[in-house]
Amino acid sequence: MYLKELTSLRGVPGYEAPVREYIFEKIKDKCDEIYRDNIGNLIAVNRSGKENAKKVMVCAHMDEVALFVTKITEEGFLKFDTLGGIDTSVLVSKKVLVGDMAIPGVIGAKAIHLQKKGERGKGIEIEELYIDIGAKDKKEAEKKVQLGDYATFDSEYTEFGNGFIKAKALDDRLGCAALLELADCRYDFDLYLVFTAQEETGLRGATVAAKRVNPDFAIVLETTACNDTFGYLEKDYSTICGGGVVLLFADMRTYYSKEILKDVERVAKKYNIPYQFKKTVSGGNDAGAIHLSCGGIKTITMSVATKYIHSPSSVINKNDFEAQKMLVQKYLQEVKL
Amino acid sequence: MELLKKLTQITSPSGNENAVCDFIENEIKDYVDEIYRDNLGNLIAHKKGSGARVMFDAHTDEIGILATFIEDNGYIRFANLGGVSPYNALYQRVKFTNGTDGVVTVDASRDDIMKNLKLSDLYIDIGAKDKEDAEKKVSIGDAAAFCGEFCDLGDKVVSKALDDRVACYCLIRIIKEMKSQKNDLYFVFASSEELGLRGAKAAAVSVNPEYAVALDVTATGDTLGKRKMAVRLGDGAAIKIKDNSILCHPYIKQFMIETCKKYDIPYQTEVLEFGGTDAGAIHLSGAGVATGAISIPTRYIHSPCEMADKGDIEAVINLSIKLIEEGFGE
Repeated sequence: MYLKELTSLRGVPGYEAPVREYIFEKIKDKCDEIYRDNIGNLIAVNRSGKENAKKVMVCAHMDEVALFVTKITEEGFLKFDTLGGIDTSVLVSKKVLVGDMAIPGVIGAKAIHLQKKGERGKGIEIEELYIDIGAKDKKEAEKKVQLGDYATFDSEYTEFGNGFIKAKALDDRLGCAALLELADCRYDFDLYLVFTAQEETGLRGATVAAKRVNPDFAIVLETTACNDTFGYLEKDYSTICGGGVVLLFADMRTYYSKEILKDVERVAKKYNIPYQFKKTVSGGNDAGAIHLSCGGIKTITMSVATKYIHSPSSVINKNDFEAQKMLVQKYLQEVKL
Repeated sequence: MELLKKLTQITSPSGNENAVCDFIENEIKDYVDEIYRDNLGNLIAHKKGSGARVMFDAHTDEIGILATFIEDNGYIRFANLGGVSPYNALYQRVKFTNGTDGVVTVDASRDDIMKNLKLSDLYIDIGAKDKEDAEKKVSIGDAAAFCGEFCDLGDKVVSKALDDRVACYCLIRIIKEMKSQKNDLYFVFASSEELGLRGAKAAAVSVNPEYAVALDVTATGDTLGKRKMAVRLGDGAAIKIKDNSILCHPYIKQFMIETCKKYDIPYQTEVLEFGGTDAGAIHLSGAGVATGAISIPTRYIHSPCEMADKGDIEAVINLSIKLIEEGFGE
């Protein structure tokens, strides 16, 4: 199963190679053309065989949120900063793997026993955190780690409960997994499967890829935030985990085309694919870069509601994932360009 | 002023510019060589000519709201489209693009609500008796704009959406009243400026101009309060020097100032210490575009009662026409 393998790989913004090479191996014999570009995108093409064919780009990003080492202290601890948006409160006591050698470490913070009056219950700042790789001092730490090394969450893929999956990096290996399943598909248009780099640091891979591909239409396969737990009002849920594939009216980066949304909704209804609309306009994804490229490209996002997104224990529902895959496949069959 | 009045009263919040584009297209289609819309909702009109490609830009969208959730009792929660102040929004009337009217009201369950008002405290009442009734009129994803009727105060006008329909008005008059041209001219009625200069960013790529001028409103320093800003209503067309999105090209700036002097057009120079305009997106397009901006000084921007001066509006139109007739890059 692609999703399990993909989430276990370590691919951070600017160093997506492990994910890219995994995907390359899986699809190189299926697609008509495949190449990597200078920013780290992987682009595969399935030709229609027609002259002057229209182009459709479907994309998912390979990178996951991560940490990188900014300082090694005299005591041998690693100070770090984030690559992509990570809430500091999800970091404390988490297991991480550092650098290409995947050196195990844990993120340390002051134990409750040692916290002073006033420190208890207050939010922790990233400056107070560090990665402990069990080194006895700076010299020993430097044998295993150097400045700039990345660190990823160490978290296993687990299926649990009523159809739920917990893993790190579901954002957006889940989209990559859905995209991989299009590798055998051929349509009336040229299909570009674009696995993008550096989404989490500002939609950078997609910015470049959209200009190179210059498609007539683009679909982004993504994950999106979900708040459907107790303590929140329904208006603040944003999306519901298990509520079907998520369609968006707008987010912070894109106001999605109403005509296309309507068409996608038509296809979802026709094939009885469960779908929901996102009820907040927070966040942004590769669509933000793509839809403004090349004089404007019609773009849509199909997302999967993800609880605890950008944490080591992100959670999705399998049915939503199946709905996302079904919707993108059916829509590509039906879309009129 | 009838044309300006009509333009301001069209409901076209960001991302929903079709209605205002339909109106503008109808006004100018007989005056241009080609006219088309692109994938982002820009309306682009071309007046063919020789010489350098020049792009004039005004944005069609206005700030507004997007329905995100309908409560069981029929009240509508919303998100902002562009810079919507919760204090400005409270107790204003809104009109959805499908014509449904509503009022913005507040969930006053916090004691200090008025001290720290957030958009998430507000909701829209369309007079529905419950969710089912509300859903007959409004679906989530529907957009609305604020209401604010057009008033003629003599020298000045007041309305919602002068930002940036007053510049659309200028462009329409420029297209109709210009006598000659020395450039290949594109008039871009740009979408989604309030969401981050999005339409202009795409249009600048497809038009690929060598020179560009954006027309937009700018803030003023002539009201009570502490803001230090030299721009005043009634002092003429504001030739932009800088804002947060652009340092205007010295050639364009100089060309504008000299043209004002030559034809005795009242002008003032503008330094805006916040905000940005489409000029910011256009000048970074391609390998760079020599870009400037002419502003219509406007009080109370992003409120339902924006105020501008008729003389300033005429000055912006005159200056633009003279720039076109003199020619860019000559």
